[in-house]
Amino acid sequence: MSKSKDSMKVTRRSVLAGTAATTGALMFGGVAPLHFIRNAHAQEFPGDPGNNSSIVLGFNVPQTGPYSDEGADELRAYELAVKHLNGEGDGGMLNTMQPSELQGNGILGKKVEYVTGDTQTKSDAARSSARRMIERDNVAMVTGGSSSGVAIAVQSLCQEMGVIFMAGLTHSNDTTGKDKRRYGFRHFFNAYMSGQALAPILEDEYGNDRKAYHLTADYTWGWTQEESIRDATENIGWETVETVKTPVGAGDFSQYLTPVQDSDADVLILNHYGNDMVNSLTQAVQFGMKERVANGKDFAIVVPLYSRLMAQGAGEAAKGILGTSNWHWSLQDEGSQAFVKSFGQEYGFPPSQAAHTCYVQTLLYANACEMAGTFAPWEVIRSLEGFEFDGMGNGPTLYRAEDHQCFKDVLVVRGKANPESEFDILEVVQQVPRSQVEYPADKWGGELGPYKPGE
Amino acid sequence: MINANLASPRQDLIYMLVFSAVILTMPLWLQPFGAAYPGLLQKFMIFGILAIGYNLLFGLTGYLSFGHAAFLGIGSYAAVWSFKLLSMNVIPAIIFGTVMSGLFAVVVGYVCLRRAGIYFAILTLAFAQMAYNLAYSVLTPITNGETGLQLSQQDPRILDRMFGIEATSSLPFPNLFGITSAGFYGFYICAAVMIIVFFIALRIFRSSFGLKLRAIKSNQTRMSYTGYNTRPFLMTTFVISGMYAGLAGSLMAVTDPLAGAERMQWTASGEVVLMTILGGAGTLIGPLLGAGIIKYFENIFSAFNENMLMDAFSFLPDWMAEGVAAFLGLFVGDGWHLTLGLVFMLIVIFLPGGMMEGLQRIWKLIRHGRHKRDHQSKSQQASAEEA
Amino acid sequence: MDAILLQIMNGLDKGGAYALIALGLTLVFGTLGVVNFAHGALFMLGAFVAVTLNKLLSLSVRVKDESVTMFDAYKETPYLELWFGDVGSQVINWSVPLSILIAIPLMLLIGVVMERGLIRHFYRRSHAEQILVTFGLAIVLQEILKLMFGANPIPQSTPDVISGSADLSMIFGIGETISYPWWRLIYLLFSLIVIGLVFSFLHFTTYGMVVRAGMADRETVELLGINIEKRFTIVFGIAAIVAGLAGVMYTPILPPDYHMGMEFLVISFVVVVVGGMGSLPGAVAAGFLLGLLHSFASMTAVKDIFPGIDQIIIYLVAVVILLTRPRGLLGRRGVMES
Repeated sequence: MSKSKDSMKVTRRSVLAGTAATTGALMFGGVAPLHFIRNAHAQEFPGDPGNNSSIVLGFNVPQTGPYSDEGADELRAYELAVKHLNGEGDGGMLNTMQPSELQGNGILGKKVEYVTGDTQTKSDAARSSARRMIERDNVAMVTGGSSSGVAIAVQSLCQEMGVIFMAGLTHSNDTTGKDKRRYGFRHFFNAYMSGQALAPILEDEYGNDRKAYHLTADYTWGWTQEESIRDATENIGWETVETVKTPVGAGDFSQYLTPVQDSDADVLILNHYGNDMVNSLTQAVQFGMKERVANGKDFAIVVPLYSRLMAQGAGEAAKGILGTSNWHWSLQDEGSQAFVKSFGQEYGFPPSQAAHTCYVQTLLYANACEMAGTFAPWEVIRSLEGFEFDGMGNGPTLYRAEDHQCFKDVLVVRGKANPESEFDILEVVQQVPRSQVEYPADKWGGELGPYKPGE
Repeated sequence: MINANLASPRQDLIYMLVFSAVILTMPLWLQPFGAAYPGLLQKFMIFGILAIGYNLLFGLTGYLSFGHAAFLGIGSYAAVWSFKLLSMNVIPAIIFGTVMSGLFAVVVGYVCLRRAGIYFAILTLAFAQMAYNLAYSVLTPITNGETGLQLSQQDPRILDRMFGIEATSSLPFPNLFGITSAGFYGFYICAAVMIIVFFIALRIFRSSFGLKLRAIKSNQTRMSYTGYNTRPFLMTTFVISGMYAGLAGSLMAVTDPLAGAERMQWTASGEVVLMTILGGAGTLIGPLLGAGIIKYFENIFSAFNENMLMDAFSFLPDWMAEGVAAFLGLFVGDGWHLTLGLVFMLIVIFLPGGMMEGLQRIWKLIRHGRHKRDHQSKSQQASAEEA
Repeated sequence: MDAILLQIMNGLDKGGAYALIALGLTLVFGTLGVVNFAHGALFMLGAFVAVTLNKLLSLSVRVKDESVTMFDAYKETPYLELWFGDVGSQVINWSVPLSILIAIPLMLLIGVVMERGLIRHFYRRSHAEQILVTFGLAIVLQEILKLMFGANPIPQSTPDVISGSADLSMIFGIGETISYPWWRLIYLLFSLIVIGLVFSFLHFTTYGMVVRAGMADRETVELLGINIEKRFTIVFGIAAIVAGLAGVMYTPILPPDYHMGMEFLVISFVVVVVGGMGSLPGAVAAGFLLGLLHSFASMTAVKDIFPGIDQIIIYLVAVVILLTRPRGLLGRRGVMES
């Protein structure tokens, strides 16, 4: 409550500043973002906690819409991360992260508080919710996502406002490719890595002579995933018969599935995620595609981006289906185990890959602040750039400075035929080493932009 | 205020001055309500303009459109394209956005106004859904689909280049001759536009044109029999109303340069209807009030949670506070839409004139009371004199 | 050929759903003269009857899951399975078809309450006000369901026996294998049966004949001393049942969530308007017609010529029909033409 009072004080001052400045504002010229002027008296940068005893983080996740299951799990992970940062609970990955300056006394000695928002899986709603966090709640960092469209939209807003955005689950190449931003960071892997990791295994499993039919979610993530998987599979000799875009949240995919039967394709690639993937996969199986024989081969379905939550939703349909994952709770390294243990004790089920990436991102941000010794975003950015760490699952990881993308091992997974428990739905087929999925930083163009907005 | 035609120009001037003062001081008097942050203030203005425009159509002519969100969306897209192609200055963007949705309104209006009543509602709905679905699918090169249309470093911005405005290394932000349109400046830009378009709406309400529109609402057939061809009047109103929506859409892009297709969805059109009815269709201020209340609730009320309610009711015994908080918790936070739906139903059932009618009734009640008292004291005086 | 056959099946399937919803909508409009924007909510309520029954049947006891060692995980075993073994799990498996039995009385009750409680007070008010108040009601209903069941879709499964797909080539005697899900075939059959039942009720029972007479000329029927209002209440209940059943049966095709009603409402209104306000055969014909058109527009060959046509075809047809045939395909004179 004291927090909101403080932010009001800021606002009142800024009104006076605002009205006074209207006449003379021409002198600012160019495009200096307003908050910079607005907070000039009270704050050195947006989200500056000043003398407050706490720091506020903004968790902006989909609570409604096709990706809301993931969003709910992300929120659980954030709450757990806040607990651990504040020294409550068993500490989770705080104990395994290396190198780490986190001590469980908040960030830079300030207690971590948070506000949440609902992105509704829509760019408009997500931006307006992020703006509310920045303008009203004075957050130092915004994090979340589950749709690349939303992540890219929020990331560019954060750049304009000068607040760091730690992307949650976003898998489009564009997030750290052509739409990368200085203020945006992504720990999650991307579509290109999925393609590189998946193709050799598809080759082993289904051979070189295959005809693929793509159904693709019609937005940035779907587009880049289709492109990446297409390139990767064509490299192993597959032919792409047809690619069809489907609207996000379509629900009933029958009209897109029936033409597959009429084509001469023998592999169906579903570039869908969340509830869309649950629906399209279940319906594809209902349409008999698992028992289907085409060109004398068993018809195959591939889901390039797979997650336990989705496999759980699809139930029987998910069995035997191949795909890739950023992380899975059955990983045996120390960091993953510590995280699964404390998440499981808290909620009674294991974390999803979405939860994992969000938890890790929060810790990485906190640690970067400790390293920088300040919350000033340009300093925090510098300490995140090129940061190398381990003990957070996926082995040694690099936050590449040139595009703010993490590089680490990628998992190829398969829907388990005989699950031992309710959560034992995916099995890790292979942990593909980091070297196999690396690519040059300028592959898709794009520019990070300046360290200080308006420079 | 309602009997608009009777107001004199002097009264109008005072009215406009008071209105402008109230709008411009919003950042101050909304402070105690926790609503004085730029994002929300801008929304008050933008949706206020949208509702005022909607009210010109529905409030005056009674034509119920379920497709106004399409005009809003087109305004936004046009404005962002203006930023990309022409200039980061907000003026061309606003003009471009308003004109484009005006043109679209001409086409839609020409077709839809051939029918009235529910057929008109369905036709506008059909057009809006078509616009929305196309923006999401085949028009992706223009709208960037689900991701939303965004600015980019590589945009041509012909006019800016021509006038030698240097590109910075960061993404440019819309501005009014150098004054950025983010934050409070954005609010003041929107507020200025709001005052202008409110004045235009006021003039329309007061004009003989407005009177004719009301005649259409009360009885279109009789209106035709008196020799008026109603179509041109309806058409003009429809286009003006569409332009208001386009203006609101372009202001959305001005304060936040991204245009997403979801703002064209029919539920967004439904929201404008809710605003207008809630505040009071056919009144000048009502729709503005409705827009403000809905946006306020959406942003503030929805952030309430049970802990805050527990605090508020801490004076009650614990078990009681818990019960009350749990019950009220249904209507705030996630449940604020439920509250909105209920309030809306109650208004349609008991107060068809919206909140303005409610205020008027209260006002009348007070005046009536005073009047009675005056009357009584007068008659007492009279009887005293007689005695 | 196969492609066309499959798209026809798809179209009929979707058309079945459209027709069922539009049938109820137009029944209410034709008898009561009320434009009911809450009709989609009835469809949604039906779907959630199925969800609720499934939840009730699978009420579970929590047992510690020993296979998970890292933390305390719990397995859920439904009581029914615990008590009745395989029979119990079969009952849970058949929850969607079973819901039909419960949905009929429940939806009737909901319909009657809605009509007595709210709708009848709006008989004499303008169509605009009817739209607005029922729009408000639809929001309230969907928000209540959201509070009760959350915002996420809740998948419902078909009984295992019919979860696979049928081979259409066997049925139509074509060489190649063409798979089509059993449940979708059942849905089509089901919608035809329900439509048949509603028509027989209106045509072959005295009760139905009076209702039809009331639709045609309310005053005369009332002059004959028949309490038409009471019958209209029942008609509203029937419309609610039809919409509810459409919802129940649709759950395995599309996992229900709280705004599915609104999504179907828009299309079903278009269907009603295309068919002609107040015409029952019109609603059914338009439902199937639009379903088929939508399917054909989704074919790759068609989309190559007219990109995006599948996204707008339904609305485009509505606009064209409304402008060329103001009363819709089979609309009667004098409806909505004041």
